[in-house]
Amino acid sequence: MKSRLILTFALASLSVLPACKKSSSTAGGTIELQNVSYDPTREFYADINTAFAKNWAADGKGEIKITQSHGGSGKQARAVIDGQPADVVTLALASDIDVIAQKAQLLPADWQSKLSDNSSPYTSTVVFVVRKGNPKAVKDWGDLTKEGVGVITPNPKTSGGARWNYLAAWAWAEKQFTGDQTEVLDYIKALFKNVPVLDTGARGSTTTFAQRKIGDVLISWENEAYLIEKEFPGETEIVYPSLSILAEPPVAVVEKNTEKNGTTAAARAYLEFLYTDEAQELAGKHFYRPRNAAILAKYAAKLPAIPLVTVDKDFGGWAKAQKTHFDDGGTFDQAYGTK
Amino acid sequence: MGKKRVIPGFGLSFGITIFWLGIIILIPLSALFIKAAGLGPAEWWRILTSPRVLAAAKLTFGASAAAAAVSTVLGLLVAWVLVRYQFPGRRILDAIVDLPFALPTAVAGITLTTIYAPTGWIGKYLAEIGIQGAYSPFGVFIALTFIGFPFVVRTVQPVMEDMGAELEEASAILGAGRWTTFRRVIFPVLVPALITGFTLAFARAIGEYGSVIFISGNLPMKTEILPLLIVAQLEQVKYEAAAVIASGMLLVSFFLLFLINLLQRRLNWQTR
Repeated sequence: MKSRLILTFALASLSVLPACKKSSSTAGGTIELQNVSYDPTREFYADINTAFAKNWAADGKGEIKITQSHGGSGKQARAVIDGQPADVVTLALASDIDVIAQKAQLLPADWQSKLSDNSSPYTSTVVFVVRKGNPKAVKDWGDLTKEGVGVITPNPKTSGGARWNYLAAWAWAEKQFTGDQTEVLDYIKALFKNVPVLDTGARGSTTTFAQRKIGDVLISWENEAYLIEKEFPGETEIVYPSLSILAEPPVAVVEKNTEKNGTTAAARAYLEFLYTDEAQELAGKHFYRPRNAAILAKYAAKLPAIPLVTVDKDFGGWAKAQKTHFDDGGTFDQAYGTK
Repeated sequence: MGKKRVIPGFGLSFGITIFWLGIIILIPLSALFIKAAGLGPAEWWRILTSPRVLAAAKLTFGASAAAAAVSTVLGLLVAWVLVRYQFPGRRILDAIVDLPFALPTAVAGITLTTIYAPTGWIGKYLAEIGIQGAYSPFGVFIALTFIGFPFVVRTVQPVMEDMGAELEEASAILGAGRWTTFRRVIFPVLVPALITGFTLAFARAIGEYGSVIFISGNLPMKTEILPLLIVAQLEQVKYEAAAVIASGMLLVSFFLLFLINLLQRRLNWQTR
């Protein structure tokens, strides 16, 4: 009995240890960079890394190896704070990189001014994915509160992507009700009444909607929406609402780490590479909106221009938006009637 | 305890025990409380009594207790079948019981959700009779039953194996009927093991995160569990608030487990 029990305990206490990857670099020879990113960028950065390494070798700078780490944006930020040796971070929200700067001082507070376009080499937006033929006739944000429309979106408390969705809905409502805060909050309340599941991350919501066929409309990243179309051909359609939000996923060199690794120059070159025509093309190919206007124009059929609000102009920046809407007692909590 | 112990090495083994408990349990837990102590009592009270935390606590402890109770009854039955009957495939069945231990909980969660979602194999029949499988408190209960079940089987099984048929034979010879034999002879011997199994399943269920977040739907006030609220606090980089919820949870769990242990000791004493 004893040994069985001990085995039982041992098995039960087996838990997943956070994987700590080592990034090391040697003086000549091979340089290793670690890119800590968020969930849906996996395929995009796989292509970027190949292209960058090819250019690096062609310039006679030797071999460079880039490892990728993906997960929820907030979780990834915490991992870096807790010591994951990231050379660069490419996350979903500026506030996630702000947190790294504040809590661990691994990069300067003004990191976002180091690269052009708010350090966001590509942008994205929030769109609707509906079932083929749009049976519930979902055209705009107002349709999401209709009786019998199931809306799938992740939990803004745990998902960066969900915060963009939430702010986009808020921005539309604010315009619709000309800024009347009670009416806006009522709209948000009605919207979340139609949400049967709040997954913890954007990928989870995609699975719920596309694979389990729950709900009639998924509020989703634009690039994720096209991925669904690829994975489930002929089952879904993308609907562009009358107004959405400009999502600027930022990138930054984690300077304290690169100084230790001796990779600062390589890390900077890697991020600057994202602004080159070659990388901008790749962004468009992966359904991110390139910053380069000429290249964006090439993808205009897929990535149409729609009115977009920005967090900085319309919500006073992430720090303020976070506090007003997502912190304890914020509008999201109010919508659920918990204070 | 006499002056001379039969087995040597008490000092050494006791030292190792304390050291080991210290580094694997006490130090991490005290770090948790130190973190939580960064907030004053008023903040503690505000966080722990907020409606969302209370709703999640009710679901977490309620569903865990219900799941552990069901696991106890069915676990007893399964252990009984495995120990008392010979049939082809018994070894395989015996091994299957351990699978929930080995499966990553996220995999369990995703699998259970797929099956119990309104479009899933079982979920669609449940939906026909008006029960929502996944994305409901019932879904949480399903996941917790899955992960807690092996604990009961594995704690009861060895006791049953040790019991032998003599007790039952003696009972029958003395004129007891089948039901009386079970109720008065077999069951009392099994009770301590059953309680241990229940306790393990219950404790495991309280802390479960991986499988539940997939099947619960995570709706505030309805299907959020406490571990999810802890993660939600971490997402806001509020380590102290997360530590407060965790500490509160730990204190309640400790209190409950302590009560169960007391109960078990009393029962042990009675059956002696």
